[in-house]
Amino acid sequence: MLKYIKLFVALFAVIPVLLLTGCETNMVVFEPQGPVARSIMELINWSLMWMLLVVVVVFAMFGFIVWKYRERKENMNYEPPEEHGNTLFEIIWTAIPILIVIALIIPTVKTLYALEEVPEGYENEEPLTVHVTAADWKWIFSYPEQGIETVNYVNIPEDRPVNFKLTSAGTMQSFWVPALAGQKYAMAKMETQLILVAENPGSYVGKNSNFNGRGYTGMEFEVLAQTQQDFNQWIADVKNTAPVLTEEKYEEMLKPTHLGRLTFKNTHLAWVNHADEDAQTYTNPELYRYNGYQGKTFEEEDNYMNENSETESGDHHHEENHDDHGNHGGDDHGQH
Amino acid sequence: MGNIKWDEFFITGDPLILGAQVSIALTMLGVLFGLTYLKKWKWIWREWITTVDHKRIGIMYIIAAILMFFRGGIDGLLMKAQTSRPEMGLLSSQHYNEIFTTHGVIMILFMAMPFLIGLMNVVIPLQIGARDVAFPQLNALSFWLFFSGAMLFNISFVIGGSPDAGWTSYFPLAGKEFSPSIANNYYAIALQIAGIGTLMTGINFIVTILKMRTKGMTLMRMPMFTWTALVTSGIIVAAFPIFTVALALMKFDRLFGTHFFTVSSGGSDMLWANLFWLWGHPEVYIVALPAFGIFSEVIATFSRKQLFGYKSMVYATVGIALLSMVVWVHHFYTMGSGPGVNSFFSLTTMLIAVPTGIKIFNWLFTMRKGRIKLSSAMLWALAFIPTFTIGGVTGVMLAMGAADFQYHNTLFLVAHFHYVLIPGVVFAVFAGLYYWWPKMFGHMLNERLGKWHFWLFNIGFNVTFMPMFFLGLNGAVRRSYTYSAESGFAPLFLLSAIGSVILAAGFAVFCYNIYWSIRYADRNISSDPWDARTLEWATASPVQHYNFAKLPEVKSFDAFWQMKKNNEGLTLKDSEIEEIHMPSNSGQPFMMCVIFGVVGFFLVFEWFIPAAIASVGIIVGLIYRSFDYNDGYHIPVEEISKTESTWRNEKGEVHKHVG
Repeated sequence: MLKYIKLFVALFAVIPVLLLTGCETNMVVFEPQGPVARSIMELINWSLMWMLLVVVVVFAMFGFIVWKYRERKENMNYEPPEEHGNTLFEIIWTAIPILIVIALIIPTVKTLYALEEVPEGYENEEPLTVHVTAADWKWIFSYPEQGIETVNYVNIPEDRPVNFKLTSAGTMQSFWVPALAGQKYAMAKMETQLILVAENPGSYVGKNSNFNGRGYTGMEFEVLAQTQQDFNQWIADVKNTAPVLTEEKYEEMLKPTHLGRLTFKNTHLAWVNHADEDAQTYTNPELYRYNGYQGKTFEEEDNYMNENSETESGDHHHEENHDDHGNHGGDDHGQH
Repeated sequence: MGNIKWDEFFITGDPLILGAQVSIALTMLGVLFGLTYLKKWKWIWREWITTVDHKRIGIMYIIAAILMFFRGGIDGLLMKAQTSRPEMGLLSSQHYNEIFTTHGVIMILFMAMPFLIGLMNVVIPLQIGARDVAFPQLNALSFWLFFSGAMLFNISFVIGGSPDAGWTSYFPLAGKEFSPSIANNYYAIALQIAGIGTLMTGINFIVTILKMRTKGMTLMRMPMFTWTALVTSGIIVAAFPIFTVALALMKFDRLFGTHFFTVSSGGSDMLWANLFWLWGHPEVYIVALPAFGIFSEVIATFSRKQLFGYKSMVYATVGIALLSMVVWVHHFYTMGSGPGVNSFFSLTTMLIAVPTGIKIFNWLFTMRKGRIKLSSAMLWALAFIPTFTIGGVTGVMLAMGAADFQYHNTLFLVAHFHYVLIPGVVFAVFAGLYYWWPKMFGHMLNERLGKWHFWLFNIGFNVTFMPMFFLGLNGAVRRSYTYSAESGFAPLFLLSAIGSVILAAGFAVFCYNIYWSIRYADRNISSDPWDARTLEWATASPVQHYNFAKLPEVKSFDAFWQMKKNNEGLTLKDSEIEEIHMPSNSGQPFMMCVIFGVVGFFLVFEWFIPAAIASVGIIVGLIYRSFDYNDGYHIPVEEISKTESTWRNEKGEVHKHVG
């Protein structure tokens, strides 16, 4: 029996150690590269401290009580006392957690409000607005002021707040750049907003964290923070060299595929902003027929294909596209 | 129906699924052959399929739950194998998506919930000194509808296609716009059918606990497990209708082209997220609260002490239940509802830690000054406290809306909820099973194997899920079927996969323990082998079908403990025995199971005319039931007297029959 207890204590003693060391490794959440991610990390560290206290107290009490009152040969005659409870104890272990909750909720609320604003110290900088459109399974970035558009990468100037306006052309995604900020959902016909600042030039991984179907894995993008000068140069280069995005090309782009990087010298905002409540719907169920028994799909009045394929009946379309679905799978993301 | 696409009907082309198809066919043939060979058809119909006995229904729930645990566990192992190395090619992305979807649905709805409802069924009427639940036939119908839903959901991966939009089935992904195959119809329809069963269970247990308590069993003398079952039933009745409505809307969207959650024509995917979690969060407490009840019983019994702070435990349970209804938004802080809303839900969520903390400390103080016997059941309860504390503190961290912007949808979250649900539910059902097994079957589970089961499972569990906290903080997202070698995730993923093998070994020992104990365990045990405290131990093991020859009278909390201490109410005289009125068996619930299954199947495949024809059967069943005047039967005094003298006069039994 003794052997078991020892193992038990040893096993659970390891856990707080693991939690502690968690703060010192090079995990991306603990290596923030901007004020927004840093404010979240500070909140996390504050909570870790309190939680560690809770863990230590509970584990110590647990270890002590189980050790001391375990059944042994010597105490087989011991009959435990009748004990109903203790009001004072109940008050103590109600009050202390309430105090801890208060200690945690105040910075949480402060941070929640701060995350919606331009971070402290950058209020005088004019934020750069970038519209983010998530589609299956790529990220489209439109710079309305500069009039350019990129796919699967976004260049931003360092030390300047960037206001990402998020929406989606279809499924729900979550826009996440762990080194620079937290995340927010990108949803069709809605707009959410995420503000971040990169303090240093560098390349940071951004990704979709919300499962959105077969090609979800690998729906990543690069955030490249540059000096203002490099950024301006890049804009000028794009203006000079990048191709024009046409409406047809854009519709092709929205099909469920993985794409590499693309750059255009105009933006799709000229003809559609998916964040508008009455924007056309860019759905195409026929391209998602790749598993199991196929059910029926429905004609939608606000679908983008209506105007150019009004003569085509839904059924006809259905039959035609039925077998070429293999081209749009997401299993091949590794090749990009 | 003229144009059935037979080439799409059976899922083909994957060796794993072909293997499953073959093994399902072989198992079914084996069962049919076995029943015929052993001439058990009549027996299984009379004793099990038509039974309305709460104990047998409970056992059927538990058997079904263990089977589902196996299925969900295989899904889990496949996921762990696929992510054990970067760029692993075991599963395709589509297959992985199907597997994590079914893993989640099966583990929550077809494993955790039925396992707990099964234990509730076996134990609650006994704990309150009743002879059955309030509506025994409804109880059977609950089970069979759950079973119908579970089977319908489980055939999806061989016929028609597995749901693949996650157990949360978020729209618009789960809608026809992005999932035109019928696979996600299985989700909507199977859960709807099982959900009807669960809702009826909730109603049944509320009425049972409020109306059928034996003399003297006031609310504040009820055992803790009964309290948690009552509160859980309350949450079921409050929360399940929301899910019913959400699933109905999902069906309208998918089958008839309405626009509740679509991208087109003004649907709102946020509406689904809200409705889902309005049910989904209380659902967590539907499974956690009865588990807390089990731990309370086990800890008190094996510490040989009354539960510390019983009253505050009751208030804490009710408090958790109320709070559970006002925290759902914490599942999507990142949906942009604004800092005001997020602050409110951060606060309500964190407040849940307060009553939960009260419970933890009360359990610790129940053990203090006790004499802690480290039986297998108690080991599960002990391991629960530290592991669940880790789940709890990470829960508080996730509750902090702003911090959640970094944790959301990562493996940190996945690790957290496994640290809550495995200690909080799986450890509890194991504790409950080791504890109540002798009450159900009249023999114990092997303690030695039980300890192997415990240590393997526990170590495996920690090794599997602890690394996922760190993976999440390093940016690993959930539900991703693979990752690159450059990500640096590989070592921890491999460690986690190794853990899952140890975990599975623990489960295998558990299955072997059941087999071993059924074959070899000592049948000559007392009806009260643990020296326990509550009324379920005041009658025979296994319990006779009428539960109590004479309904016990309760004079205090821990009624049976006090009866033993004061040596009163333990004997039975012939003069005290009266005829007992019991409900008759009925085949109707099973018929309804079959009909619901058939209707559900047709609806899944969008064959509306056959579905309409088959659903006439449901209406006929309801009408038939309305005119069913079977009033049960009476057990004669002689039979009771005979049964009672057999078990009460055995050697070492505390109960006596004095003729």
